[in-house]
Amino acid sequence: MMKRDDCLKALARHVTDADIVLPVYATAFDWIAIRPHPLNYLSHGAMGLASSHALGLALGRPDKRLIVLDGDGSLLRNLGSLVTIAEVAPKNLFHFVCENGTYEANGGHPIPGRGHVDFAGFARSAGYRAVYEFADIKIFAQQIGDVLAQQGPIFADLKIVSSGPQERDYGRLHGPHVRQAFKEALAAS
Amino acid sequence: MQQHARVDEPIRSDATKDFLRGASIIREIKACRIEFVISVPDITTSEGLLRPLARESAPRLIRVCKEDEGVGICAGLAYTGRRALLLIQQTGLLDSLNAVRGVAVEYALPICMMVGLLQKEPGVPPQKSKRYGVRIIEPILDAMGIVYHEIEDEADVSRIGPAIDHAYAQSHPVVLLIGRSPS
Repeated sequence: MMKRDDCLKALARHVTDADIVLPVYATAFDWIAIRPHPLNYLSHGAMGLASSHALGLALGRPDKRLIVLDGDGSLLRNLGSLVTIAEVAPKNLFHFVCENGTYEANGGHPIPGRGHVDFAGFARSAGYRAVYEFADIKIFAQQIGDVLAQQGPIFADLKIVSSGPQERDYGRLHGPHVRQAFKEALAAS
Repeated sequence: MQQHARVDEPIRSDATKDFLRGASIIREIKACRIEFVISVPDITTSEGLLRPLARESAPRLIRVCKEDEGVGICAGLAYTGRRALLLIQQTGLLDSLNAVRGVAVEYALPICMMVGLLQKEPGVPPQKSKRYGVRIIEPILDAMGIVYHEIEDEADVSRIGPAIDHAYAQSHPVVLLIGRSPS
Protein backbone atom coordinates (compact mmCIF):
# COMPACT_ATOMS: atom_id res chain seq x y z
CA MET A 1 0.00 0.00 0.00
CA MET A 2 1.07 3.56 -0.76
CA LYS A 3 0.32 6.64 1.28
CA ARG A 4 -1.88 8.74 -0.98
CA ASP A 5 0.08 11.96 -0.59
CA ASP A 6 3.37 10.17 -1.35
CA CYS A 7 1.76 8.74 -4.44
CA LEU A 8 0.41 12.11 -5.57
CA LYS A 9 3.79 13.79 -5.00
CA ALA A 10 5.43 11.21 -7.24
CA LEU A 11 2.76 11.79 -9.88
CA ALA A 12 3.01 15.58 -9.60
CA ARG A 13 6.65 15.47 -10.67
CA HIS A 14 5.49 14.30 -14.11
CA VAL A 15 2.51 16.64 -14.54
CA THR A 16 3.20 19.65 -16.74
CA ASP A 17 1.65 23.14 -16.77
CA ALA A 18 -0.31 22.14 -19.89
CA ASP A 19 -2.03 19.15 -18.26
CA ILE A 20 -5.57 19.16 -16.86
CA VAL A 21 -5.97 17.18 -13.64
CA LEU A 22 -9.36 16.06 -12.27
CA PRO A 23 -9.01 14.87 -8.67
CA VAL A 24 -12.06 13.86 -6.59
CA TYR A 25 -13.03 14.24 -2.93
CA ALA A 26 -10.32 13.28 -0.41
CA THR A 27 -7.77 12.95 -3.20
CA ALA A 28 -8.67 16.44 -4.40
CA PHE A 29 -7.83 17.98 -1.04
CA ASP A 30 -4.43 16.25 -1.00
CA TRP A 31 -3.81 17.20 -4.64
CA ILE A 32 -4.56 20.90 -4.35
CA ALA A 33 -2.22 21.08 -1.35
CA ILE A 34 0.54 19.33 -3.31
CA ARG A 35 -0.04 20.99 -6.69
CA PRO A 36 -2.30 24.03 -6.73
CA HIS A 37 -2.86 24.99 -10.36
CA PRO A 38 -5.61 26.76 -12.32
CA LEU A 39 -5.89 23.76 -14.66
CA ASN A 40 -7.00 21.54 -11.79
CA TYR A 41 -10.63 20.71 -12.67
CA LEU A 42 -12.25 20.32 -9.28
CA SER A 43 -16.00 20.85 -9.76
CA HIS A 44 -17.68 17.64 -10.88
CA GLY A 45 -21.18 18.37 -9.58
CA ALA A 46 -22.12 14.80 -8.73
CA MET A 47 -20.22 11.82 -7.37
CA GLY A 48 -18.70 9.57 -10.00
CA LEU A 49 -18.69 11.97 -12.92
CA ALA A 50 -15.03 13.04 -13.01
CA SER A 51 -14.09 10.58 -15.75
CA SER A 52 -17.06 11.73 -17.84
CA HIS A 53 -16.08 15.40 -17.48
CA ALA A 54 -12.58 14.30 -18.50
CA LEU A 55 -13.89 12.59 -21.62
CA GLY A 56 -15.67 15.79 -22.65
CA LEU A 57 -12.49 17.80 -22.07
CA ALA A 58 -10.44 15.21 -23.92
CA LEU A 59 -12.74 15.41 -26.94
CA GLY A 60 -12.79 19.19 -26.89
CA ARG A 61 -9.06 19.67 -26.31
CA PRO A 62 -7.19 16.77 -27.92
CA ASP A 63 -3.99 18.82 -27.54
CA LYS A 64 -4.13 18.45 -23.76
CA ARG A 65 -3.41 15.54 -21.43
CA LEU A 66 -6.30 14.72 -19.08
CA ILE A 67 -5.40 13.04 -15.80
CA VAL A 68 -8.33 11.77 -13.73
CA LEU A 69 -7.67 10.96 -10.08
CA ASP A 70 -10.84 9.01 -9.35
CA GLY A 71 -11.97 7.38 -6.12
CA ASP A 72 -12.95 3.73 -5.86
CA GLY A 73 -16.41 4.58 -4.47
CA SER A 74 -16.80 7.22 -7.16
CA LEU A 75 -15.84 4.86 -9.96
CA LEU A 76 -18.32 2.27 -8.68
CA ARG A 77 -21.04 4.88 -9.28
CA ASN A 78 -20.04 5.31 -12.91
CA LEU A 79 -18.62 2.00 -14.11
CA GLY A 80 -20.23 2.54 -17.49
CA SER A 81 -17.80 5.39 -18.08
CA LEU A 82 -15.02 2.82 -18.41
CA VAL A 83 -16.85 1.30 -21.37
CA THR A 84 -17.66 4.67 -22.92
CA ILE A 85 -14.08 5.92 -22.58
CA ALA A 86 -12.67 2.71 -24.05
CA GLU A 87 -15.11 2.97 -26.98
CA VAL A 88 -14.22 6.61 -27.71
CA ALA A 89 -10.54 5.81 -27.05
CA PRO A 90 -9.15 9.30 -26.42
CA LYS A 91 -5.37 9.18 -26.75
CA ASN A 92 -5.00 11.95 -24.18
CA LEU A 93 -6.93 10.46 -21.24
CA PHE A 94 -5.23 8.88 -18.22
CA HIS A 95 -7.55 7.42 -15.60
CA PHE A 96 -6.20 6.67 -12.13
CA VAL A 97 -8.32 5.26 -9.33
CA CYS A 98 -7.15 5.76 -5.76
CA GLU A 99 -8.32 2.53 -4.18
CA ASN A 100 -8.55 2.65 -0.40
CA GLY A 101 -11.69 0.54 -0.04
CA THR A 102 -13.70 3.25 1.66
CA TYR A 103 -15.99 6.18 1.08
CA GLU A 104 -13.38 8.31 2.82
CA ALA A 105 -15.14 11.65 2.40
CA ASN A 106 -18.48 10.21 3.53
CA GLY A 107 -17.53 8.76 6.89
CA GLY A 108 -15.03 6.07 5.95
CA HIS A 109 -17.57 3.32 5.37
CA PRO A 110 -16.36 0.36 3.29
CA ILE A 111 -17.18 0.19 -0.39
CA PRO A 112 -19.12 -2.87 -1.56
CA GLY A 113 -16.69 -5.57 -2.60
CA ARG A 114 -13.83 -4.04 -0.65
CA GLY A 115 -10.61 -5.97 -1.11
CA HIS A 116 -11.80 -8.27 -3.86
CA VAL A 117 -13.33 -6.01 -6.50
CA ASP A 118 -10.88 -5.93 -9.42
CA PHE A 119 -10.81 -2.36 -10.76
CA ALA A 120 -7.97 -3.13 -13.16
CA GLY A 121 -10.01 -6.07 -14.41
CA PHE A 122 -12.98 -3.77 -15.06
CA ALA A 123 -10.81 -1.42 -17.11
CA ARG A 124 -9.11 -4.26 -18.97
CA SER A 125 -12.38 -5.87 -19.98
CA ALA A 126 -13.85 -2.47 -20.92
CA GLY A 127 -11.02 -2.09 -23.42
CA TYR A 128 -8.57 0.50 -22.07
CA ARG A 129 -5.41 0.51 -24.13
CA ALA A 130 -3.20 -0.36 -21.16
CA VAL A 131 -3.95 -1.13 -17.51
CA TYR A 132 -1.66 -1.00 -14.48
CA GLU A 133 -1.81 -1.72 -10.76
CA PHE A 134 0.56 -0.13 -8.28
CA ALA A 135 0.91 -0.88 -4.58
CA ASP A 136 4.58 0.00 -4.01
CA ILE A 137 5.61 3.65 -3.98
CA LYS A 138 9.15 2.97 -5.25
CA ILE A 139 7.89 1.08 -8.29
CA PHE A 140 5.18 3.69 -8.91
CA ALA A 141 7.70 6.53 -8.73
CA GLN A 142 9.98 4.69 -11.16
CA GLN A 143 7.29 3.85 -13.70
CA ILE A 144 4.78 6.70 -13.65
CA GLY A 145 6.74 8.81 -16.14
CA ASP A 146 6.63 6.01 -18.70
CA VAL A 147 2.93 5.41 -18.05
CA LEU A 148 2.13 9.05 -18.75
CA ALA A 149 4.25 9.03 -21.90
CA GLN A 150 1.99 6.45 -23.55
CA GLN A 151 -1.06 6.90 -25.75
CA GLY A 152 -4.34 6.64 -23.90
CA PRO A 153 -6.74 5.65 -22.75
CA ILE A 154 -4.66 4.35 -19.86
CA PHE A 155 -5.97 3.08 -16.53
CA ALA A 156 -4.02 2.63 -13.30
CA ASP A 157 -5.30 1.26 -10.01
CA LEU A 158 -3.37 2.83 -7.14
CA LYS A 159 -3.60 0.81 -3.91
CA ILE A 160 -3.44 3.53 -1.31
CA VAL A 161 -4.12 4.39 2.30
CA SER A 162 -5.28 7.77 3.51
CA SER A 163 -2.76 10.53 4.06
CA GLY A 164 -4.41 11.35 7.40
CA PRO A 165 -6.91 13.92 8.64
CA GLN A 166 -7.89 16.67 6.21
CA GLU A 167 -9.58 20.03 6.50
CA ARG A 168 -12.26 19.75 3.83
CA ASP A 169 -13.47 23.13 2.71
CA TYR A 170 -15.68 22.15 -0.22
CA GLY A 171 -15.82 25.75 -1.36
CA ARG A 172 -12.27 25.13 -2.62
CA LEU A 173 -13.64 22.46 -4.95
CA HIS A 174 -17.08 23.74 -5.93
CA GLY A 175 -16.95 27.52 -5.51
CA PRO A 176 -17.87 29.62 -8.56
CA HIS A 177 -14.43 31.27 -8.40
CA VAL A 178 -12.82 27.84 -8.88
CA ARG A 179 -14.80 27.15 -12.07
CA GLN A 180 -14.19 30.65 -13.41
CA ALA A 181 -10.45 30.36 -12.78
CA PHE A 182 -10.40 27.04 -14.63
CA LYS A 183 -12.38 28.43 -17.54
CA GLU A 184 -10.04 31.38 -17.94
CA ALA A 185 -6.92 29.25 -17.58
CA LEU A 186 -8.15 26.78 -20.19
CA ALA A 187 -9.04 29.52 -22.64
CA ALA A 188 -5.57 30.99 -22.24
CA SER A 189 -3.79 27.65 -22.44
CA MET B 1 -36.12 32.45 -16.44
CA GLN B 2 -38.66 31.23 -18.97
CA GLN B 3 -40.57 28.38 -17.42
CA HIS B 4 -42.72 27.26 -20.31
CA ALA B 5 -42.24 26.70 -23.97
CA ARG B 6 -45.44 28.03 -25.37
CA VAL B 7 -45.16 31.64 -24.24
CA ASP B 8 -44.29 32.71 -27.78
CA GLU B 9 -46.50 30.28 -29.65
CA PRO B 10 -45.50 30.14 -33.33
CA ILE B 11 -48.04 30.68 -36.04
CA ARG B 12 -49.30 27.25 -37.08
CA SER B 13 -50.82 26.06 -40.26
CA ASP B 14 -52.08 22.68 -41.38
CA ALA B 15 -48.87 22.36 -43.35
CA THR B 16 -46.80 22.16 -40.14
CA LYS B 17 -49.19 20.41 -37.75
CA ASP B 18 -49.37 16.79 -36.72
CA PHE B 19 -45.99 15.75 -37.97
CA LEU B 20 -42.34 16.17 -37.16
CA ARG B 21 -39.39 15.46 -39.45
CA GLY B 22 -36.10 14.12 -38.17
CA ALA B 23 -34.33 15.76 -41.11
CA SER B 24 -35.61 19.17 -39.99
CA ILE B 25 -34.35 18.61 -36.45
CA ILE B 26 -30.94 17.50 -37.72
CA ARG B 27 -30.74 20.55 -39.98
CA GLU B 28 -31.54 22.78 -37.00
CA ILE B 29 -28.99 21.03 -34.79
CA LYS B 30 -26.27 21.51 -37.39
CA ALA B 31 -27.23 25.13 -38.00
CA CYS B 32 -26.66 25.96 -34.35
CA ARG B 33 -23.14 24.48 -34.39
CA ILE B 34 -23.71 21.30 -32.39
CA GLU B 35 -20.53 19.25 -32.88
CA PHE B 36 -21.33 16.28 -30.64
CA VAL B 37 -24.50 14.33 -29.93
CA ILE B 38 -24.26 12.27 -26.75
CA SER B 39 -26.92 9.61 -26.49
CA VAL B 40 -28.56 6.70 -24.78
CA PRO B 41 -31.20 5.45 -27.25
CA ASP B 42 -34.73 6.78 -26.82
CA ILE B 43 -37.61 4.97 -28.48
CA THR B 44 -39.42 8.17 -29.54
CA THR B 45 -36.44 9.48 -31.50
CA SER B 46 -34.78 6.17 -32.35
CA GLU B 47 -35.71 5.79 -36.01
CA GLY B 48 -36.37 9.35 -37.10
CA LEU B 49 -33.46 11.05 -35.38
CA LEU B 50 -30.83 8.85 -33.75
CA ARG B 51 -30.47 6.39 -36.63
CA PRO B 52 -29.94 9.07 -39.30
CA LEU B 53 -27.58 10.94 -36.96
CA ALA B 54 -25.57 7.74 -36.56
CA ARG B 55 -25.07 7.61 -40.33
CA GLU B 56 -23.58 11.10 -40.46
CA SER B 57 -20.00 12.03 -39.68
CA ALA B 58 -21.04 15.33 -38.11
CA PRO B 59 -22.18 15.97 -35.50
CA ARG B 60 -20.13 13.18 -33.96
CA LEU B 61 -22.27 10.64 -32.10
CA ILE B 62 -20.96 9.47 -28.73
CA ARG B 63 -22.90 6.52 -27.31
CA VAL B 64 -22.89 6.44 -23.51
CA CYS B 65 -24.00 3.79 -21.03
CA LYS B 66 -25.94 6.12 -18.75
CA GLU B 67 -27.40 9.58 -19.13
CA ASP B 68 -25.52 11.20 -16.24
CA GLU B 69 -22.27 10.34 -18.01
CA GLY B 70 -23.58 12.47 -20.85
CA VAL B 71 -24.14 15.40 -18.51
CA GLY B 72 -20.47 15.23 -17.49
CA ILE B 73 -19.26 14.89 -21.07
CA CYS B 74 -21.34 17.88 -22.20
CA ALA B 75 -19.94 19.91 -19.28
CA GLY B 76 -16.35 19.09 -20.20
CA LEU B 77 -17.03 20.00 -23.81
CA ALA B 78 -18.69 23.27 -22.77
CA TYR B 79 -15.52 24.39 -21.00
CA THR B 80 -13.62 23.86 -24.24
CA GLY B 81 -16.12 25.94 -26.22
CA ARG B 82 -17.49 22.96 -28.17
CA ARG B 83 -21.26 22.53 -28.41
CA ALA B 84 -23.02 19.27 -27.59
CA LEU B 85 -26.55 17.90 -27.41
CA LEU B 86 -27.60 15.15 -25.00
CA LEU B 87 -30.24 13.00 -26.76
CA ILE B 88 -32.09 10.82 -24.25
CA GLN B 89 -35.47 9.56 -23.08
CA GLN B 90 -37.35 11.11 -20.18
CA THR B 91 -36.66 7.97 -18.12
CA GLY B 92 -32.97 8.78 -18.52
CA LEU B 93 -33.56 12.39 -17.60
CA LEU B 94 -35.23 11.20 -14.39
CA ASP B 95 -32.32 8.85 -13.72
CA SER B 96 -29.76 11.63 -14.11
CA LEU B 97 -31.51 14.38 -12.12
CA ASN B 98 -28.74 14.66 -9.54
CA ALA B 99 -26.16 15.26 -12.26
CA VAL B 100 -28.48 17.77 -13.92
CA ARG B 101 -28.98 19.44 -10.55
CA GLY B 102 -25.29 19.65 -9.67
CA VAL B 103 -23.61 20.15 -13.02
CA ALA B 104 -26.19 21.93 -15.16
CA VAL B 105 -28.22 23.98 -12.69
CA GLU B 106 -25.93 24.71 -9.75
CA TYR B 107 -22.87 25.28 -11.95
CA ALA B 108 -24.99 27.14 -14.54
CA LEU B 109 -23.58 25.28 -17.52
CA PRO B 110 -25.14 25.10 -21.00
CA ILE B 111 -26.20 21.45 -20.90
CA CYS B 112 -28.63 21.06 -23.81
CA MET B 113 -30.91 18.05 -23.56
CA MET B 114 -33.24 16.72 -26.23
CA VAL B 115 -35.63 14.40 -24.42
CA GLY B 116 -38.02 11.99 -26.09
CA LEU B 117 -41.24 11.56 -24.15
CA LEU B 118 -41.83 7.81 -23.99
CA GLN B 119 -45.52 6.94 -24.32
CA LYS B 120 -46.75 10.51 -24.72
CA GLU B 121 -49.85 10.67 -26.84
CA PRO B 122 -49.17 12.76 -30.02
CA GLY B 123 -51.02 16.08 -29.92
CA VAL B 124 -51.63 15.91 -26.18
CA PRO B 125 -49.69 18.40 -24.00
CA PRO B 126 -47.30 16.56 -21.67
CA GLN B 127 -49.07 17.72 -18.53
CA LYS B 128 -52.39 16.40 -19.88
CA SER B 129 -50.98 12.98 -20.69
CA LYS B 130 -52.60 9.91 -19.19
CA ARG B 131 -49.12 8.63 -18.43
CA TYR B 132 -47.74 9.51 -14.99
CA GLY B 133 -44.18 9.26 -16.33
CA VAL B 134 -44.98 11.95 -18.90
CA ARG B 135 -47.14 14.25 -16.73
CA ILE B 136 -44.48 14.75 -14.08
CA ILE B 137 -41.68 15.92 -16.36
CA GLU B 138 -42.59 19.59 -16.82
CA PRO B 139 -43.44 20.13 -13.12
CA ILE B 140 -40.05 18.65 -12.22
CA LEU B 141 -38.30 20.96 -14.67
CA ASP B 142 -40.28 23.89 -13.27
CA ALA B 143 -39.21 22.95 -9.74
CA MET B 144 -35.59 22.82 -10.86
CA GLY B 145 -35.86 26.13 -12.71
CA ILE B 146 -34.86 24.58 -16.01
CA VAL B 147 -36.03 26.19 -19.26
CA TYR B 148 -37.85 23.78 -21.55
CA HIS B 149 -39.58 23.80 -24.92
CA GLU B 150 -42.14 21.42 -26.35
CA ILE B 151 -41.22 20.18 -29.81
CA GLU B 152 -44.37 18.53 -31.07
CA ASP B 153 -44.91 19.67 -34.64
CA GLU B 154 -42.78 20.81 -37.55
CA ALA B 155 -43.44 24.45 -36.65
CA ASP B 156 -41.76 23.90 -33.29
CA VAL B 157 -38.46 22.87 -34.85
CA SER B 158 -37.47 26.49 -35.36
CA ARG B 159 -37.38 26.86 -31.56
CA ILE B 160 -34.44 24.49 -31.27
CA GLY B 161 -31.65 26.68 -32.59
CA PRO B 162 -32.57 29.82 -30.61
CA ALA B 163 -33.05 27.73 -27.45
CA ILE B 164 -29.57 26.22 -27.80
CA ASP B 165 -27.98 29.55 -28.74
CA HIS B 166 -29.59 31.15 -25.68
CA ALA B 167 -28.40 28.36 -23.40
CA TYR B 168 -24.81 28.86 -24.53
CA ALA B 169 -25.03 32.66 -24.54
CA GLN B 170 -26.48 32.81 -21.02
CA SER B 171 -24.82 29.61 -19.72
CA HIS B 172 -27.84 27.69 -18.50
CA PRO B 173 -29.34 24.26 -19.23
CA VAL B 174 -32.24 23.76 -21.60
CA VAL B 175 -34.53 20.82 -22.28
CA LEU B 176 -36.24 20.20 -25.64
CA LEU B 177 -39.13 17.81 -25.11
CA ILE B 178 -39.85 15.71 -28.20
CA GLY B 179 -43.55 14.91 -28.07
CA ARG B 180 -43.98 12.61 -31.06
CA SER B 181 -41.77 10.32 -33.13
CA PRO B 182 -40.07 12.24 -35.93
CA SER B 183 -40.51 10.69 -39.38
